[in-house]
Amino acid sequence: MILAAFSDFMQQVVSGLASGGIYALLALALVIIHRSTGVINFAQGEMATLSTYIAWALIAHHGWRYGPAFVATLALSFVGGVGIHRVVIRPVERGSVLRIVIVTIGLLVAINGFVVWEWGGEPQQLQSPFGTDTFSIGGVIVAAHDIGTIVVALGIVVLLWALFQFTKLGLALRAAAVNPEEARLVGVRVSWMLAFGWGLAALLGAVAGMLTAPTVGLDPNMMAAVLIYSFAAAVLGGIDSPLGAVVGGLLIGVLLNMLSYLSQYGIFDWFTEELRLPMALLVILGVLLVRPQGIFGKPEVKRV
Amino acid sequence: MTTLLELDRVAARYGPVQALSDVSLVVREGEVVAVLGANGAGKTTTLRAISGTVSRTGGIELEGKQLKGGPEAAARAGIAHVPEGRGTFVDLTVTENLRLGAYARRDRSVKADVKRVGEYFPWMVERGSQRAGTLSGGEQQMLALGRALMSRPRLMLLAEPSLGLAPLIVREFFRIVRRLNEDEGLTVLVVEQDARIALAASSRAYVLEVGRVALTGTSAELRDDESIRRSYLGY
Repeated sequence: MILAAFSDFMQQVVSGLASGGIYALLALALVIIHRSTGVINFAQGEMATLSTYIAWALIAHHGWRYGPAFVATLALSFVGGVGIHRVVIRPVERGSVLRIVIVTIGLLVAINGFVVWEWGGEPQQLQSPFGTDTFSIGGVIVAAHDIGTIVVALGIVVLLWALFQFTKLGLALRAAAVNPEEARLVGVRVSWMLAFGWGLAALLGAVAGMLTAPTVGLDPNMMAAVLIYSFAAAVLGGIDSPLGAVVGGLLIGVLLNMLSYLSQYGIFDWFTEELRLPMALLVILGVLLVRPQGIFGKPEVKRV
Repeated sequence: MTTLLELDRVAARYGPVQALSDVSLVVREGEVVAVLGANGAGKTTTLRAISGTVSRTGGIELEGKQLKGGPEAAARAGIAHVPEGRGTFVDLTVTENLRLGAYARRDRSVKADVKRVGEYFPWMVERGSQRAGTLSGGEQQMLALGRALMSRPRLMLLAEPSLGLAPLIVREFFRIVRRLNEDEGLTVLVVEQDARIALAASSRAYVLEVGRVALTGTSAELRDDESIRRSYLGY
């Protein structure tokens, strides 16, 4: 009985880490754009959905294999993200935050409409690159897709961290985000750095979308709930903290699964799957009230 | 001495406000030149016109070539601008700030240059991983100078370096600027409210009045002429 409860517990942790890894990727995308453009990109979920449809169309309609389709989708998404910044964000960038937010909401509606117009509203099936196998590790049954998702998400986080921490480009990206005026004075082309950030965010979304679709099914509103969880993750970790986005994402993923798990054993037995989204909202509210800067957000250090 | 920088009837405005109406000046290779004047005379705007952070008319030539507009172009042409109010990246570490100084350069000797800057400011190497935002005001000003050095500039622009700093630190700052000028032939154009210290550190000076050059001369001449000191420099 106790052993069964434990392996059940571990299963929930693993699958929580898998969905948490996806939230982490999308939350990272939100953080990157928030740091550079100063707004929450409400279109982040739809951008990811569009990318996923592109991957699906390459595979299902054009007969591509998964690997090349994956790479091509990342490349297209990056270029698309850069394009979105150049064409629709840059013209309003100097305006108020509200203007940019409204543009991202418009983008959300436009991309969603385009996806339905191009591919229809009925759900499609995108395969998992890791197959549908499950296997047992010491009595804990885990899905290959979950393990693959965790590995890919963490791998991308490490790559991204290395890019920001160790490369000249990453340094320029950070400089452009935290202090654009100064960055210009040392010769950083700030506008292109912001565009690059949008490209990165789109690329992260593409990965998140392609990892989400095999479990929930590909449909035009697939990422709506994922985006809410990612908001919660970004807010929980600290909206300007990449590390916070990752930790927040994993925490949200595991936390929600823990509630499901505990409810089976009579603790929090009021909790049902329908309450997952409201819980995310509760996390957002709670963090904003108690610790608005999130776990890893730091109050500004500035001498005047 | 050859002419490094030449401004020819430069004007600049912020919206409807004419900040510079007619500024012509010359900086020769290896000189330290001061730009003085009262608040609102256009000192800082002169630097901003050169570094391209304000749009301008008139001609600006660096080594005989017209400077393109925009701060990125100025940085790539070899102009390092230490803006007023420190101007460090407070969220980045000391080392990262220095590395950014070399951003516009194409060569790869950045490490060697960090060492070179470390000879003037040993603490920047020792405390390389400290966040710039946690430095004292004086240290931030020194870091801004160190960062500007990292670009191996043809010309260094210093905007109001004494602003908000203790006199002792201001003296130290100018002592290092002089040393850089004497040892490495660094050319400097410094804008300064504190005429006394700027005249002591420079070889020539321009005095601005409401957006135009009111007078110019060697720093010694300006320093020694009591009527100029009284009417223009306020000491």
